[in-house]
Amino acid sequence: MTLLTLNKLTVRRGACPVVDAASLNITAGECVGLIGPNGAGKTSLLRGALGLLPYEGQSSLAEMPPKARAATAAWLPQKREIAWPMSVERVVALGRLPYLARGASLSDEDQKAVDAALDRMGLQSFRARIATQLSGGEQARVLIARTLAQDTPLLMADEPIAGLDPAAQIATLDVFKTLASEGRAVFTSLHDLSLAARYCTRLIVISAGRIAADGPTDDVLTKDMLADVFHLRADIVNTPSGALIEPLGVLS
Amino acid sequence: MKLFGALMVGTLAMFTASLFVGYAAIPVSTGLAGLFGSGDALIVTVMQDIRLPRTLLAAMVGLSLGLAGAAMQGFLRNPLAEPGLIGVSGSAALGAVIALQSGFAASFILALPLTALVFAGAAVGLILLLAGPRGSSLTLILAGIAVSAFAGALTSLALNLSPNPYAASEIIFWMMGSVADRAMTHVWLALPIMGLGWLALATLGRGLDALTLGEDAAEALGISLSTLRTQLLFGTAAAVGAATAVAGAVGFVGLVVPHILRRFAEGRPSTLLWASALGGAAMVLAADLAVRLILPDRDLKLGVVMAIIGAPLFLHLIYKTRREIA
Repeated sequence: MTLLTLNKLTVRRGACPVVDAASLNITAGECVGLIGPNGAGKTSLLRGALGLLPYEGQSSLAEMPPKARAATAAWLPQKREIAWPMSVERVVALGRLPYLARGASLSDEDQKAVDAALDRMGLQSFRARIATQLSGGEQARVLIARTLAQDTPLLMADEPIAGLDPAAQIATLDVFKTLASEGRAVFTSLHDLSLAARYCTRLIVISAGRIAADGPTDDVLTKDMLADVFHLRADIVNTPSGALIEPLGVLS
Repeated sequence: MKLFGALMVGTLAMFTASLFVGYAAIPVSTGLAGLFGSGDALIVTVMQDIRLPRTLLAAMVGLSLGLAGAAMQGFLRNPLAEPGLIGVSGSAALGAVIALQSGFAASFILALPLTALVFAGAAVGLILLLAGPRGSSLTLILAGIAVSAFAGALTSLALNLSPNPYAASEIIFWMMGSVADRAMTHVWLALPIMGLGWLALATLGRGLDALTLGEDAAEALGISLSTLRTQLLFGTAAAVGAATAVAGAVGFVGLVVPHILRRFAEGRPSTLLWASALGGAAMVLAADLAVRLILPDRDLKLGVVMAIIGAPLFLHLIYKTRREIA
């Protein structure tokens, strides 16, 4: 089942297109990694696809009414914000907002989704803690749990593992992989190429606003691509647990 | 729910005290009878035409300021925000000052509040024009500060040009804020407008909860930020504009009350909305009681007492929470 279709999506900042005629499909069961250098347009592509930025072209998500969109795709922005001193459980429960009638309290089903999200992110022991008093990495995990509580077929995340410790990075990507194997889809931007190689079923490479490559991870991750897009001289070592990318130097 | 109960009891206690404490010592039973129009004609007048409008206005003004303060802080995700930030109260005050200065205020009983309301409405129009239909919250604050500053400057100009010292002192006293010597006509003028404002603000809870996660996340949760913003501006203008129009400038309520109650509302903006509304009403009622009890002969002004209570409370709060803020 196709969960997101972009057809020639263009996002402009001023006159300059930061995303230039991007077309892609995301189907259920995939864990798609969006990679590219800083300023390539990863965030703009994701936000444009959700309709959070003015765009041209077509995006199946952005064309949905807001409520239906919120039930289809959960969005984890790059900027991690928890404005008020709420408990972890309350923050995670905000993911249930699209399903709640005005002024209604959490139903049993909502509570179950919240508990499952806390479980998945290993936050059960944190549930009563005040979220704003946690460390940055812990807050990041709380916010990921919030998107999980939204319980949508598609999860879109902008650099979800930036700033997490190695174990938390792997745990988070494990959760994404499990989501994909359960028949959902994950579309996430990330910078760690080795983790992208190991956890994503498919990679989309974006360079200067254009989609430079889109395909199965092994086909996309080549020395030529790393040189062209990332200006990186790197070794790709195939290990039993997946490809390992060893950056060696910068190409000028 | 415990919070709701406590605030409700507090507000009702203040409301009752406000009705039965005053310059004329009236026993509670006589006062209660007077309130419903039976007994001594003088007592009926005191209860129905002096104490009831004063009490109602104090409660309404407090409710408006508390509610608008909580909504504004929730929207801007900043505990320093207050309803005056968008320039509504400054503009309403300017309208009132012009009415006083030109003598228009004396032409009929509601002349002053009506002028103030017109100016409050104009301020919101101006801010919407400046900030644009899709402007960010930063543009909104800047536009509000600009409008406030301009209204402040024009208010000073009106004072500067006031024809005689009596007019100037009348303006200054009005600006200090008070609910004394108001009639039920003031209540009837303010109530429908405030009511609309309350309705607009009280239904913001969901959107403000979602905004805890930032504007992007809130929008992805299905919240329309432009609708939220328009509703907030309209609600604040109606509630705070009407409050300033009938009671003058009463500061600190919109800033301090949400701040005090936030921890009891467990940080949730939607809970804080109604909690601040009740808390604001209780606080203004209490301040108005203090006005009557501390110096009954000296016509102490509500706004002055509010600031004198509010500022140390705020200092205490900063002292207590400085570790959390750091």
